[in-house]
Amino acid sequence: MSEKGIGSSVRRSEDQRFLTGKGHYVDDMNRPGQAHAAFVRSPHAHARVKMVDTSAARKAPGVIAIFTGSDVAADKLGGLICGWTVKDKNGDPHKAPAHPILAYDKVRYVGDHVAVVIAETQAQARDAAEKVDVDYEVLPANIDTAKAMKGAVVHDDAPGNLCYDWELGDRAAVDGIIKSAHHVTRIDLVNNRLIPNAIEPRAAIGEYDSGSGHYTCYSTSQNPHVLRLILCAFIMGVPEHKMRVISPDVGGGFGSKIFCYAEEVVCTWAAKKIDRPVKWTADRSESFLSDAHGRDHVTHAELAMDKEGKFLALKVETIANMGAYLSTFATCVPTYLYATLLAGQYTTPIIFANVKAVFTNTAPVDAYRGAGRPEATYVIERIVECAAREMKMDPVELRRRNFIKPDQFPYQTPVALQYDSGNYGQALDAALKMSDYSGFKSRQAEAAKRGKLRGIGVSAYIEACGIAPSAVVGSLGAGVGLWESAQIRLNPTGSCQILTGSHSHGQSHETTFAQVVHEHLGIPYDSIEVVHGDTALVPFGMGTYGSRSIAVGGSAIVRAADKIIEKGKKIAAHLLEASVDDITFKGGEYRVAGTDKVKTIGEIAFAAYVPHNYPAGVEPGLDETAFYDPANFTYPAGIHICEVEIDPDTGRTVIVNWTAIDDFGKVINPLIVEGQVHGGVAQGIGQALLEGCVYDNDSGQLVTGSYMDYCMPRADDLPSLKVGMTETPCPHNPLGVKGCGEAGAIAAPPAIINAITDALGVMHLDMPATPEKVWRIAQQNRPAAAAE
Amino acid sequence: MYNFNYHRPGSVADASKALAGGAEARPLAGGMTILPTMKQRLSQPSDLVDLSQIAELRGIKASGSGLVIGAMTRHADVAHSVEVKATIAAVASLAEGIGDPQVRNRGTIGGSLANNDPAADYPGAVLGLGATIHTNKRKIAGDDFFKGMFETALEPGEIITAVEFPKPEKAAYVKFPHPASRFSLTGVFVAKTANGVRVAATGAGPCVFRVKAMEDALAKNFSADAIANIKVPATGLNSDIHGSAEYRAHLVTVMAKRAVAACR
Amino acid sequence: MPTVSMTVNGKSVSADVENRTLLVHFLREKLALTGTHVGCDTSQCGACVVHIDGKSAKSCTILAVQAEGAQVTTIEGLAKNGELHPMQAAFKENHGLQCGFCTPGMVMSAVDLVKNNANPSEQEIRDWLEGNICRCTGYHNIVKAIAAGAKAMGR
Repeated sequence: MSEKGIGSSVRRSEDQRFLTGKGHYVDDMNRPGQAHAAFVRSPHAHARVKMVDTSAARKAPGVIAIFTGSDVAADKLGGLICGWTVKDKNGDPHKAPAHPILAYDKVRYVGDHVAVVIAETQAQARDAAEKVDVDYEVLPANIDTAKAMKGAVVHDDAPGNLCYDWELGDRAAVDGIIKSAHHVTRIDLVNNRLIPNAIEPRAAIGEYDSGSGHYTCYSTSQNPHVLRLILCAFIMGVPEHKMRVISPDVGGGFGSKIFCYAEEVVCTWAAKKIDRPVKWTADRSESFLSDAHGRDHVTHAELAMDKEGKFLALKVETIANMGAYLSTFATCVPTYLYATLLAGQYTTPIIFANVKAVFTNTAPVDAYRGAGRPEATYVIERIVECAAREMKMDPVELRRRNFIKPDQFPYQTPVALQYDSGNYGQALDAALKMSDYSGFKSRQAEAAKRGKLRGIGVSAYIEACGIAPSAVVGSLGAGVGLWESAQIRLNPTGSCQILTGSHSHGQSHETTFAQVVHEHLGIPYDSIEVVHGDTALVPFGMGTYGSRSIAVGGSAIVRAADKIIEKGKKIAAHLLEASVDDITFKGGEYRVAGTDKVKTIGEIAFAAYVPHNYPAGVEPGLDETAFYDPANFTYPAGIHICEVEIDPDTGRTVIVNWTAIDDFGKVINPLIVEGQVHGGVAQGIGQALLEGCVYDNDSGQLVTGSYMDYCMPRADDLPSLKVGMTETPCPHNPLGVKGCGEAGAIAAPPAIINAITDALGVMHLDMPATPEKVWRIAQQNRPAAAAE
Repeated sequence: MYNFNYHRPGSVADASKALAGGAEARPLAGGMTILPTMKQRLSQPSDLVDLSQIAELRGIKASGSGLVIGAMTRHADVAHSVEVKATIAAVASLAEGIGDPQVRNRGTIGGSLANNDPAADYPGAVLGLGATIHTNKRKIAGDDFFKGMFETALEPGEIITAVEFPKPEKAAYVKFPHPASRFSLTGVFVAKTANGVRVAATGAGPCVFRVKAMEDALAKNFSADAIANIKVPATGLNSDIHGSAEYRAHLVTVMAKRAVAACR
Repeated sequence: MPTVSMTVNGKSVSADVENRTLLVHFLREKLALTGTHVGCDTSQCGACVVHIDGKSAKSCTILAVQAEGAQVTTIEGLAKNGELHPMQAAFKENHGLQCGFCTPGMVMSAVDLVKNNANPSEQEIRDWLEGNICRCTGYHNIVKAIAAGAKAMGR
């Protein structure tokens, strides 16, 4: 292994600029002549907009223009779209109510966009926005997910607030098995709504060049090409060659920056209208109100078992909150990214899932780190834990008994997916050892002497990454292909640029992708640079989400490298006066097999650009592009074990031990992969212990609208994490990689709730397990504990 | 933030004049509350009178009988002060627990007290120790200073100049932080003084309050067990998504017991 | 508009500002020192931490006019002669950053911690970071980086 090749913990190329304050985030940029936008947002969850009076605001200092929904309508802008069509069980496509860029008849959540004020400075824009007088007729708000189908109607064209009623599997068959099974465990749970909270707030700058008719949109997007497609083809009616989207350094996304939002549309559209660049940067309060939120499921599940604890059937019924409008990929999250994962790591032979997606007067809900898979894992790992307790079986043994065995791969689940590789028992063994699982009882006894309740919880998770292949996702309703592109450009003096359609906003692609090319082409690591995030530079791309970048984007890079190698062989054969078939390539050297005749890849690149002595019929240049469409998803999996101590007097839960054993297939950079696990686990701990988006059920006001009320995980909330890995390579991509970005957020929540309920001696507790909730349960159970 | 006039007086007298000059003039101490409130456009003062250049408002003086802490003394300076640690260690440790390090580097004792946030820590120490608030006009007993949520006995234009803490026999402050904001969800300051035991609870109610029943019990028997069964009524206490009134009432007892145990 | 003057990263600077201009906006917009970030509006995330007269502070909660005459150090002023400060180097070595947005505030806060406490324990580091929120790293490697950075600063 090279010092900087695949498998090496290379220190990151990105860090120099981030550590010295030289990053370039959207808000760091200013365009000549730029004006500033501020949005007038609805203070009501649901209201009719009777009149928007902008006359006072127009007179405020510095105001350049004010636009409302009627201006948007007059210019015939399309609305925001949802790019995945899910079919209702009756065969109809999901209900897709209009999602206007600026509201014109009704507002449907607190924070909904009503108007935009553009002024010389940001402060002036905000000052003037307060002077826009909107006359609202307040309507009843529909907030509660569980009751949404009986609440006030959000959209007239979605009766009963139902977006779709979707099914996977055979309900009657599953019901039959449940009816006759030896034991059935039933559970009702809530997967709490979360607010993503990337630390960089969203931002956009729109720019228009009236000389060329070109638009430029600087955006905090995770997928600039997809944003360009939506802006051009669906909203603005501009051809793609007249639109450039640039996503420079982006400060975290976690899903929330996948989507096309009203603000970036408005800035781009308004730039032409006022013939000046228009900039908008969210403040955190706006982020809370208007970023797409995550999760928000209410679920009932039933697991049937025989007397040995073998899983016979699983039934899951979920209500999923879509919010007030459908965000870009909202519909696929609680269906194809959720129900298809309900087999988990187990051989459950038959599964039925029913998902009802509902509209409410809350911010749109879409993919957030894990997107559907954390919700699936939470259902499975909670119900399996409860089943073990009800059956009085060891929860670890029950899991092991039902695992898919290593010799069963490829394994076809009853919920459409075919798992490609894995060894779940091996990961479990490693996790039990690392966590000293067998020593838990003595640690528990020691904690009891200190008056603390100690519990342990296991989570066996699976995820599906690199969602693919395009033909399959197309048949399931996706409006896009889910391939990735890469271009590798060697320069005449041997340095190299990788242009990737993936987008790094914390994932460290500039380092790992360079490692891949260094390994494959033998070009010195420091001579390689990764270029991403600009539709004018990168051929095409589908962006970064769903832990897809290394599995799909990385594979595209390998394919492009293969093309470089092959073309180089023809040039080398000519220069070395040998047959192409006799040329070997290794470690950056073309060699005539069995001789010491060698040309380095740098020499070949030079020859390709200065083709004075060059093979006939070969094009000059050494610059290759590849598109990669995977054959299947990848299936990372693993075991996380959490150990908690609870102070029964206050209900405060402290995580005292965290063990993560993950199988990501081949790992390019262990240091970076571990970092992804740490971050994912922290978000999972946040969901389980701290975070929960709360709207007031009557008024629809966002109660958790700032860090004063929305509880972000801080350093002292989290433990030091023990992380290890097992490796079953992915058999269908050239790197053998599976993806690692979401694993922690998927694995963590049930491990924590299993540990807390273990400590408290109860079956269930809904997230987040706040001190007060835990205290109340500890109080109820105290007499029993005292009697022991 | 709305714009405003800014003044930077060099003396309390000039500050007082500046405060009298603006229709909605407000003093600016550390700014840790007023600036965030103004950023959210929830507050619109006409004038801000920056007290940071007034030397007479800064500094810590210790004597055998207690401490006098200048109103513009930063939380970090109180926390790290050798004099404070030696005289009333509980005040230093309380200051060390306010906000985060950057807030402690800017926030001041006078600003905190004048603001009287129900979840602030310093009101617990002032009431718990029976401290005296010095202003440019008078001296106000701690028991008379806190009037309600964000309300104090300060009159318009009145500026806190210092806080005088009498030295107790022993004292401690223990709090349960609000999980999100990290303010005090419930904090209890317990002091055994020459004039009796004082117990002050902050965070739990709309305004810091004394717990007479605990004071009486501790006067007879200064031990955590003595107050284990004393509950404050939940009626009227604060309630939010992170802690109901009932939970806060319970925490008053738990934090009080822990404070008694921590007294030194 | 008042004129405000201060020393930033060793250089005397001066500009006209509104009274309501926050120090962070003065740094970012008037001085083009965009390494100091804004991540929240309630003074909690700490992406904006700089040093004022040698102590860490949130530049989003200080008016530029309040910093009149102050010595301000931003993330851009930490590296000397092209060499990373030991704390910056420790963040790189220990992979203490991912998206990089919270990083400047995190590093500035960490340097101030070590000035106050040359050899902080893991718990002391975690407690100190109460005012710095990171969404990417789970803090694990930040804590490791600060411990390593403290050691390196002591050398």
